[in-house]
Amino acid sequence: MATEILNVPKIPELSRKDFVTTNDVRWCPGCGDYAILNSLQRTFAELGEPRENFVMVSGIGCSSRFPFYMETYGFHTIHGRAPTVATGVKIANPDLSVWVITGDGDGLSIGGNHMLHLLRRNLNINVLLFNNRIYGLTKGQYSPTSAIGTKTKTSPTGSIDNPLNPVLFALGAEATFIARTVDNNPKHMVETFKAAYAHQGVSFVEIFQNCVIFNDATWDPVYGKDNRAEQMLFLETGKPLLFGKNKEKGIRLNGLMPEVVDAATAAPGEILIHQPGHPSPLYAQMLATLGLPEFPTPMGVIRQIERPTYESLITSQVETAQAKRGTGTWKELLHGKSTWTVE
Amino acid sequence: MQSVVVRFAGDSGDGMQIVGERFTDTSVTVPNAIATFPDYPAEIRAPIGTIAGVSAFQVHFGSKVVLTPGDEPDALVAMNPAALKVHLPDLVEGGLLIVNSAAFTPDNLAMAGYATNPLEDLELQRKYEIIALDITGLAVEALKESPLTQREKLRTKNFFALGFSYWVYSRPLQPTIDYINAKWAAKAPNLAEANIKVLKSGYFLGETTEVTRNRYMVAQADVAPGTYRKISGNEALALGLIAGAKKSGRELLFSGYPITPATSVLETLAMYPHFGVKTVQAEDELAAIGVALGASFAGKIGATATSGPGMCLKSEFMGLAITAELPLVIINIQRGGPSTGLPTKTEQSDLLQALYGRHGESPMPVIAANSPSDCFRAAFEAVQIALTYSMPVILLSDGYLANGSEPWNLPDEADLPEISIPFADAAQPYVAYTRDPETLARTQAIPGQVGLEHRIGGLEKDTKGGISYEPENHSHMTSVRAAKVEAVANSCPPLTITGQRKGKLLVLGWGGTYGAITAATQALIAEGHEVSSTHLRYLNPLPPDLGELLKSFDKVLIPELNAGQLSMIVRARYLVDALSLSKVQGRPFKVSEIREHILQLLND
Repeated sequence: MATEILNVPKIPELSRKDFVTTNDVRWCPGCGDYAILNSLQRTFAELGEPRENFVMVSGIGCSSRFPFYMETYGFHTIHGRAPTVATGVKIANPDLSVWVITGDGDGLSIGGNHMLHLLRRNLNINVLLFNNRIYGLTKGQYSPTSAIGTKTKTSPTGSIDNPLNPVLFALGAEATFIARTVDNNPKHMVETFKAAYAHQGVSFVEIFQNCVIFNDATWDPVYGKDNRAEQMLFLETGKPLLFGKNKEKGIRLNGLMPEVVDAATAAPGEILIHQPGHPSPLYAQMLATLGLPEFPTPMGVIRQIERPTYESLITSQVETAQAKRGTGTWKELLHGKSTWTVE
Repeated sequence: MQSVVVRFAGDSGDGMQIVGERFTDTSVTVPNAIATFPDYPAEIRAPIGTIAGVSAFQVHFGSKVVLTPGDEPDALVAMNPAALKVHLPDLVEGGLLIVNSAAFTPDNLAMAGYATNPLEDLELQRKYEIIALDITGLAVEALKESPLTQREKLRTKNFFALGFSYWVYSRPLQPTIDYINAKWAAKAPNLAEANIKVLKSGYFLGETTEVTRNRYMVAQADVAPGTYRKISGNEALALGLIAGAKKSGRELLFSGYPITPATSVLETLAMYPHFGVKTVQAEDELAAIGVALGASFAGKIGATATSGPGMCLKSEFMGLAITAELPLVIINIQRGGPSTGLPTKTEQSDLLQALYGRHGESPMPVIAANSPSDCFRAAFEAVQIALTYSMPVILLSDGYLANGSEPWNLPDEADLPEISIPFADAAQPYVAYTRDPETLARTQAIPGQVGLEHRIGGLEKDTKGGISYEPENHSHMTSVRAAKVEAVANSCPPLTITGQRKGKLLVLGWGGTYGAITAATQALIAEGHEVSSTHLRYLNPLPPDLGELLKSFDKVLIPELNAGQLSMIVRARYLVDALSLSKVQGRPFKVSEIREHILQLLND
């Protein structure tokens, strides 16, 4: 006779297709969002999480249409405010797997304040920030990550705003998981999304994403075919910071300043070893500032540390109070500390 | 005496709010009927002795029904010249004036704008019964053997004034002694002992000296039998939200951002985690409503509270809550505006904002509380409407109700209705915008429920929840959302009328003006005048029986603490020539102001 283990819910095998909705996807042909959608659907199918536990929350912008294309629970909210709604969802039910889909404008401009507080509170929510350095849905205005001098309809002679570095922003907010990936590398996206999911705490993932209409090829200097080997530094925990076609170059520190060295001639132990859990945020800070033109741009998990999650703390406050004072009664609620009776 | 109004006034550091609270707590044990009105400055500590720093607390206690904190005080306790300057004009002629003569120094007199000492003014002495006591000196003298520092001794003077007031109005000392012991006996026994000593000294001064021959007795009030507690409006709001959550079987998640005078709702709810209440102090007003809405989406009841400027910040989210058709309670504790305006004062000037202050065609149910204890029932009803109809609800309170307190005849839990929620049937394929035919409520599916995955959002949707830009569909959905709000009228109870259902004059009010309007109307009816009044709980939708009632009177008067907002609605909606009595001073109506206006209209 076959035995069955009771009380262990069986999670049906899921495939990418289980996460595809019947809605027509309405992004522009060639948009980087397609690849991200595909990778996230693949990721979800492999996590072993029941489909009904996923909640996608977005704000406004091209990327924010994302929930409509995911066969999960989804809430397409308002511009910049997805972190607040996601916070409410997660506190209400900590068992849900909550994903915030946002962009550089939604997450760092109109919603910058909410993003800051979501990260510092450390809710176990995954944030995917699609960075295309442009406002796409409103048809091409410069964003908080646009390079100085970007010419758009609202900056015809070039933007003068100093661009924000999303990873530095997340470090400033003391996010416990910070990673970066690219829309033209599905394998790396899936790995990064899985790591974000596995992290107990807030996960902030910046995705370099191409806007084919209003800011085409913006990331080509980093991830274009001819540049990717030299311009991307793929991070692996416990491995040295090496890059180049044959991993022939490394990163070392000279005082507080990073330097590129020839891996073959570098002194033993000189090349930095990747430690996302480094006790000092200085290391991650250094990584965050690497990039064009002098350095390759780091990809992968930049920082990962442990801190109690907000929802676990709020739940434990409720439980502690209930253990100490009992679950509140009607009499306690209505009567309060002192009453008097009129006959 | 049937009732007495006492006002305690002093510097904001003089502890006048504590004295007022103690006097109130003592009076309810007599028992007397009471109503209170704290009146404090926006500045936490304005420079000592200045007009800007004056803080006051008014208590109205009586042996009959007390509906308001009272118009003019019968007695004024003034702890310094600035307090006298601000509050003396309100004191009734012949009233009792108790002053701390020690504070009437040349410097303090100058700061209050007095060229000469008003206590030496013969006119003042003729007009009022003045008791000038060196309250500071007497308090310090009483503590000459206490180990407290001189500074600490000086701070006890409010309890001296309180003790003396207790003697004047024949109140027991024990409730205050119990309060002092509960607060300080363990942590600071010397302080507890000193305050009790000073309190008693104030009382004994009245008893043993002949400083005044007048001692006032207010008989026990003939109030309805029941179990009572004293409650402020904001406390009652918090309890009403919890009660609504309990009756619906949903947990409450309350998210707020500190703003006067709404903050104490969040503070109160933070003390109820054992009721399963989760509270979040959000990063701003927008986040506060966003967190609450997210919680509602995930199956809880989300609620938030703020004041006028915060409502502006939340209004974008209200649009989303309306179109997403999720339950949500939004409380606006109105204050004087616009902008920072008069943050600690009361007003009813956000009515039109509540009704219309959003983008798009976005009607929402709007209800209003009418007394501090009624805030409980109003908050409960807001939860009930939000969940029954799956939509956001605005509840209007105001600064006067929020901080004022009164005895609350406790309801029986069994008298509160169960709240049913239109949850989706998990056995059926889920269509996000399926409706209950009667309430038009959208059925809810909660994240985590197997097989009910769906998407909602701010874009216009069709009747099945899919995104739609079709012109006819938008028109249809706009009508459905409006019809859903109108459907709430089906659960409006009939209007309660003070007086006859027809006659010469109907006084129509809403919100915190209930006490003043009802007191004025009752008194005039007793004197034989043909006047009636009614008070609105529902401001949107308006009660179905209002139209007919308005047409049953020759004249309609609408007193409001704004420039005539409800009267504009009533005139437009019912084509009734309603007259407005408007007051925008940051202060509640006096009963006499409404009374005089009614008499004038009746005599016209």
